[in-house]
Amino acid sequence: MYGWIFRHLPGPLWVRILTSAALVACALVLMVQFLFPWMSQFTTLTDSTIGSAQQP
Amino acid sequence: MAQQQTQQAAAVPDDGTGTGAEGSRPAGHKPRSARRKGRPRTGDIVRKIVQIVGELLLTAGVILLLFVAWELWWTNVEADAKQSQAVQGFAKTLAGPVAPVAPANPAGPPNYGKPVVAQAPEHGGMIGIMYIPRFGPDYSRPIIEGTGSDILDTLGLGHYGTTGMPGAPGNFAVAGHRQTHGAVLDNIHLLVPGDKIYVQTKDGYYTYVFRNNQIVLPSRTDVLLPVPTQPGATPTESYLTMTSCNPRFGAQERIIAYSLLESWQPASAGPPQDIAKQVAQTRGKG
Repeated sequence: MYGWIFRHLPGPLWVRILTSAALVACALVLMVQFLFPWMSQFTTLTDSTIGSAQQP
Repeated sequence: MAQQQTQQAAAVPDDGTGTGAEGSRPAGHKPRSARRKGRPRTGDIVRKIVQIVGELLLTAGVILLLFVAWELWWTNVEADAKQSQAVQGFAKTLAGPVAPVAPANPAGPPNYGKPVVAQAPEHGGMIGIMYIPRFGPDYSRPIIEGTGSDILDTLGLGHYGTTGMPGAPGNFAVAGHRQTHGAVLDNIHLLVPGDKIYVQTKDGYYTYVFRNNQIVLPSRTDVLLPVPTQPGATPTESYLTMTSCNPRFGAQERIIAYSLLESWQPASAGPPQDIAKQVAQTRGKG
């Protein structure tokens, strides 16, 4: 999959390396901004209140 | 079997004819080159699927590891920045000296009268700053009204809206994360009876003395009562109750730290000697 993506990127090798680095950075930003905050609701690590059920 | 196929394919990547799955290999000693070229065989498709599934699983593993790093480290970096910003922004609005002022009558113990009890702000409003020297000489965290995740996940200590304000007879209860999002109460188990906890509001400084802690189940809402764990009792003293999760990297229980109000001094009297340096620093930076 990743090999296929890499082969289908345009340009010479160094451009393709730079493009893949940019793609990885984009994925990271998306994960930190949206995916991880959403995932954190499934961990109970952040529950520090008493009677959290009554107090949203 | 699929792994073996992949290894073979890697060794001879451009040999389109060889290394197929056994199912597609013709019987007998027919030479490989005699087989048809250009048509994808079952082995190729299986190998592709296995490869894609494998890459997806590896990706999921990397994402989970990144999530752990994000949760346990990056949320602290983010929350620490936001909290020190909140502390400095609040300090900017405060009046009064930043050095202790000698009382008018140095003979007796200073008496500033009954502590001022402020109105609770709206949800998300800032009540004050908490200093806990036991947690380090630089420990100062904002106290914000409300205990929703919108407060606790970014701004530090959240005040339970159902409980009283500092200085009033009764319970001033706050919640804070043990881990992640600033880990504001990470060291709550290190408090020693007698430790001072300072709450600075716009009116002045409330000095609490840590008394004991207790580990309870998350359903024990009676720790938030005006007299903690004593329903129906009329409070004569001011309590500070801090709640956080327990054990440190879990949330099956809650650790509760109880403190009692020892003294109060108005903003005009300056900060208590213990935190004077920190108060001055916060104001100077802001």
